[in-house]
Amino acid sequence: MTSSKLRQKWIMTILGWAVALFLFFPIFWMIVTSFKTEGDAISRIPHLFFLPTLENYMAVQERANYFHFAWNSVVVSIGSTLLALAFAIPSAYAMAFIPTKRTKDTLLWMLSTKMMPSVGVLVPIYLIFRDLGLLDTITGLLIVDAMMNLPIVIWMLYTFFKEVPREVLEAARMDGAGPLRELYNLLLPLSMPGIVSTSLLAIILSWNEAFWSLNLTASKAAPLTAFIASFSSPEGLFYAKLSAASTMAIAPILILGWLSQKQLVRGLTFGAVK
Amino acid sequence: MANRNLTYDPTLYEQTRKKTWQERLSLFSLKMPSIAVLFLWSVIPLFMTLWFSFQRYNIMEPDKTGFDGLGNYRYLLSDPSLALSIWHTVVLVGAVLVITIGLGTLLAVLFDQEFFGRGIARVLVLAPFFVMPTVSALVWKNMMMHPDNGFLAFLMRSVGLKPVDWFAVAPLTSIIIIVSWQWLPFAVLTLLTAVQSLDGERKEAARMDGAGPIAMFFYIIWPHLGRAVAAVTMIESIFLLGVFAEIYVTTSGGPGFASTNLSFLIYRYALLEYDIGGASVGGVVAIILANILALFLMRSFAKNLDA
Repeated sequence: MTSSKLRQKWIMTILGWAVALFLFFPIFWMIVTSFKTEGDAISRIPHLFFLPTLENYMAVQERANYFHFAWNSVVVSIGSTLLALAFAIPSAYAMAFIPTKRTKDTLLWMLSTKMMPSVGVLVPIYLIFRDLGLLDTITGLLIVDAMMNLPIVIWMLYTFFKEVPREVLEAARMDGAGPLRELYNLLLPLSMPGIVSTSLLAIILSWNEAFWSLNLTASKAAPLTAFIASFSSPEGLFYAKLSAASTMAIAPILILGWLSQKQLVRGLTFGAVK
Repeated sequence: MANRNLTYDPTLYEQTRKKTWQERLSLFSLKMPSIAVLFLWSVIPLFMTLWFSFQRYNIMEPDKTGFDGLGNYRYLLSDPSLALSIWHTVVLVGAVLVITIGLGTLLAVLFDQEFFGRGIARVLVLAPFFVMPTVSALVWKNMMMHPDNGFLAFLMRSVGLKPVDWFAVAPLTSIIIIVSWQWLPFAVLTLLTAVQSLDGERKEAARMDGAGPIAMFFYIIWPHLGRAVAAVTMIESIFLLGVFAEIYVTTSGGPGFASTNLSFLIYRYALLEYDIGGASVGGVVAIILANILALFLMRSFAKNLDA
């Protein structure tokens, strides 16, 4: 490597890391604060070196029953993903392997339902849920999240299914496999990586979903997004506990997110950018 | 394409060939459930919103009901907060799009370069996208922008400036900063994926022809990004039109209506004032706004989809 090339690489290293640390700083600061005492946390001169404590993590569980909300988040995000997959796999399969002239229009219509702002249907959904007794229930939120993600899940599966070579399926069909056998014995195993990354994206999206969580749940079925929002009311005072609760709330999704970053772009852009 | 029928196109053939009745039956039963639930989820509430918008309906006043004609519309359209909140919605979406796509393009080019520890640095840049909106808004509000204990206040004090009470002085700008921070990683990641899919030979050829880094960017990289920029614009617009939690936990739309967008205005009408009719008019406005946007976006975006 010539010296000018090496120098350029060092400049890029400094620039790249400066940007990365700058953007990551709020998260870093939140994690640091979660190990401080409340007194240290609101000190006007921020300390980087202090005696770390785990008391905030204990307090969040003892006083606010953190695991109740965490459990709600787990059930809602995994449940809604399974529900969305149950609807999406058959229809993505049908559209990928037995396309008709209307397939593209159907897909675009599904996409267009995502363009509808949630707030435009807040009132009817709220009233329907009230009448069905679904307000503040895990079932209710789970259904909403599944419907929110269904178009994305269908699209993503559709693009993955289309990559499975047709010849494989046709060979199976020659051997007399029916459409269902074909789906379960061949297509699902072949496109398992795609299904896994689709599921990860759906889990991330519903874990972080806040609009419906805030509007449709109260204490009983509230997931972590709504629980964290409850820290917004009392002024100041609970920075360290807020940080501890937040750190626990985002940790699992940060890990899932890093695992699925490659597929994330493809999923969220409906396969337009790969 | 006059001789299209003469050549064998497997996709076209598959789309147009006559299907057997077994195929049609399985097609129907496989696709119908998704189409039905999406229809139930999106189209029926849409018509309910329209219906309620013409009704006198306040949960707190159960005796006042019935058809109200354009009453709600007249009431809401004369309410200056509606125009204001539409304006705030447009500003929020526009500003965040400009910031994330502008900075996102620069960072995508930066992170396309080889450097030490690039993988880890990229992971750090990506992280804000996975933070739930209520957490990022509260962290920014309390630990970054707070006028006493915030980190920005500390920085400003240490260079001798007076700390700014961000949410009182510039509430909408503060929210734009938070939302841009959340969405920048998505723009970077998408644009970076696009930059990396540019084949090296074209870049090399341009370099051979003497293109400097700037010419390279404008003539080779930028034109290649069109599809990714369209995708980012479309997806971000969908989510940004509905920004809610960030406002809910930071300013509650205030002071006054200074940071109320359309989503938050409808929430105010519906769940704080129980005015179902008024909130529904807001919903109709939101849907119209989204459709105007969708009309432009879907057209340019649909061309890019290989369905």
